[in-house]
Amino acid sequence: MKAIAVQNLTKRFGSFTAVDDISFEVDKGEIFGFLGANGAGKTTAMRMLCGLSFPTSGHAQVAGFDLSRESEKIKQSIGYMSQKFSLYEDLTIRENVRFFGGIYGLSNAEIKSQAEVLARNLQLEDKVDTLVKSLPLGWKQKLSFSVAMIHRPQIVFLDEPTGGVDPITRRDFWTMIYDAAHQGTTVFVTTHYMDEAEYCNRVSIMVDGRIDALGSPDELKKEYSSKDMEGVFLQLARKAKRGD
Amino acid sequence: MKAVSVNAVSKSFKQEKSAIEALKEISFDVNRGELFGLIGPDGAGKTTLFRILTTLMLADKGSAEVDGFDVVSQFKEIRKRIGYMPGRFSLYQDLTVEENLAFFATLFNTSIEENYELVKDIYVQIEKFKTRKAGALSGGMKQKLALSCALIHKPSVLFLDEPTTGVDTVSRKEFWELLRNLQKQNITILVSTPYMDEASLCDRVALIQEGKILDIDSPAGITHKFGKPLWAVRSRDMYNVMIQLRQMDEVASCYPFGQEHHLVFKNEDARAIVGARLKEAGHTDVSFARIEAGIEDCFMDLMKAEKV
Repeated sequence: MKAIAVQNLTKRFGSFTAVDDISFEVDKGEIFGFLGANGAGKTTAMRMLCGLSFPTSGHAQVAGFDLSRESEKIKQSIGYMSQKFSLYEDLTIRENVRFFGGIYGLSNAEIKSQAEVLARNLQLEDKVDTLVKSLPLGWKQKLSFSVAMIHRPQIVFLDEPTGGVDPITRRDFWTMIYDAAHQGTTVFVTTHYMDEAEYCNRVSIMVDGRIDALGSPDELKKEYSSKDMEGVFLQLARKAKRGD
Repeated sequence: MKAVSVNAVSKSFKQEKSAIEALKEISFDVNRGELFGLIGPDGAGKTTLFRILTTLMLADKGSAEVDGFDVVSQFKEIRKRIGYMPGRFSLYQDLTVEENLAFFATLFNTSIEENYELVKDIYVQIEKFKTRKAGALSGGMKQKLALSCALIHKPSVLFLDEPTTGVDTVSRKEFWELLRNLQKQNITILVSTPYMDEASLCDRVALIQEGKILDIDSPAGITHKFGKPLWAVRSRDMYNVMIQLRQMDEVASCYPFGQEHHLVFKNEDARAIVGARLKEAGHTDVSFARIEAGIEDCFMDLMKAEKV
């Protein structure tokens, strides 16, 4: 079974087709880069896959559940980290873990053990009872990711997780992504950093609501005769007809 | 006279128990007509510095001048001659594109017609939407409108706070071309960005992290100072190669950079040993190539030096 299987997914807002008949599959444990220029339709597509927005037409299975009939089950099986920091700043690390763990239906014992694992992995053991707002920015980002993974979801959706982050933290963050994928979690990630596209197993590039390219970074570089992913992206994004 | 001159500026923000030092005795100058980049991650202090220079906030210590005027005693003079595009979109969402531009022109006793030449290149790209409300514009168009509004009174110094954050690479490239053209019209531009690759597009840059300036120089000057042989490592199994390299004593640092890892040896003679050890571990296709350091290599190196 695929982690994500999308067939002819379309979303229209009035006369505007935000997502235009896209089809693709994502394997289990894969790091899948979901790229596109601003306004290409990435966020709309991602919101549908998370069960937050209904498609106008088409089908999709996410974590084995049908998008139109079982969106609540999808929500329980996925983790989501938004572009904007969305943990509670005026709660401590432990309280945030307790809150989000509770929302995902973890038992008290599970929450307790997960909080310990999380603090150990992030080397924040002495900080579990400090307010999240007093943490340095780089740590907040890593903490958000760990909280999105608190219920051990099958798939985690990351919406520009590294925007504005310092270069060392950005790399630490990708190490965490790799580790999660090695443990079998499927990672679906958007980014504006083209060097990060190279870290994905496969990448899709959206242009005007369509997926115009899909493949491993090496395949795409060969196909578009480019030395790096930035070159591939520029060739495709410049074809866009609709303004962002 | 410098366009901008900052002398030992400090600023802290009090929290319940502690204080956050947003700027720690920052000093630098920006020359007239220069395109000067303030490069650093979120939380480095870029916005605080911009607010002090645009006279919207007072420094705790130190002094600063913009266009020859003191930011405290002569703030009114400064406000007349600078343009400021904040990081957050702050035009009037319920006014149209044209109304916004006319409003900002009027504030400075001028008109769109009078300074049209200056904004023409940018404004033509959104002019066909001039009757649309600003709130209904896409991100890229909002950005162009905000830049037009910051320029319409022909400022001598332009402050752009993270104009390209969250913007895709195509639009980023276009935006920097616009800045280059503006520079030709004798406007000094101070621009901040978290994207290290944009540093090379500036005349000079200040690398900033946690309220401190790590270095100030031309982009080439900064990369020239890296001072250590840097190697690009490639292999099929990039992830495991990185993990092994990081565990080796001979390796000073190893960071992923897209399709390669950037590696510094503690001792150059160790390359053969390291290569052999990787081969032993089954990585038979590892290649090493000498490369020049980029701004991001330098930034990480300086960050680590700060921490020691």
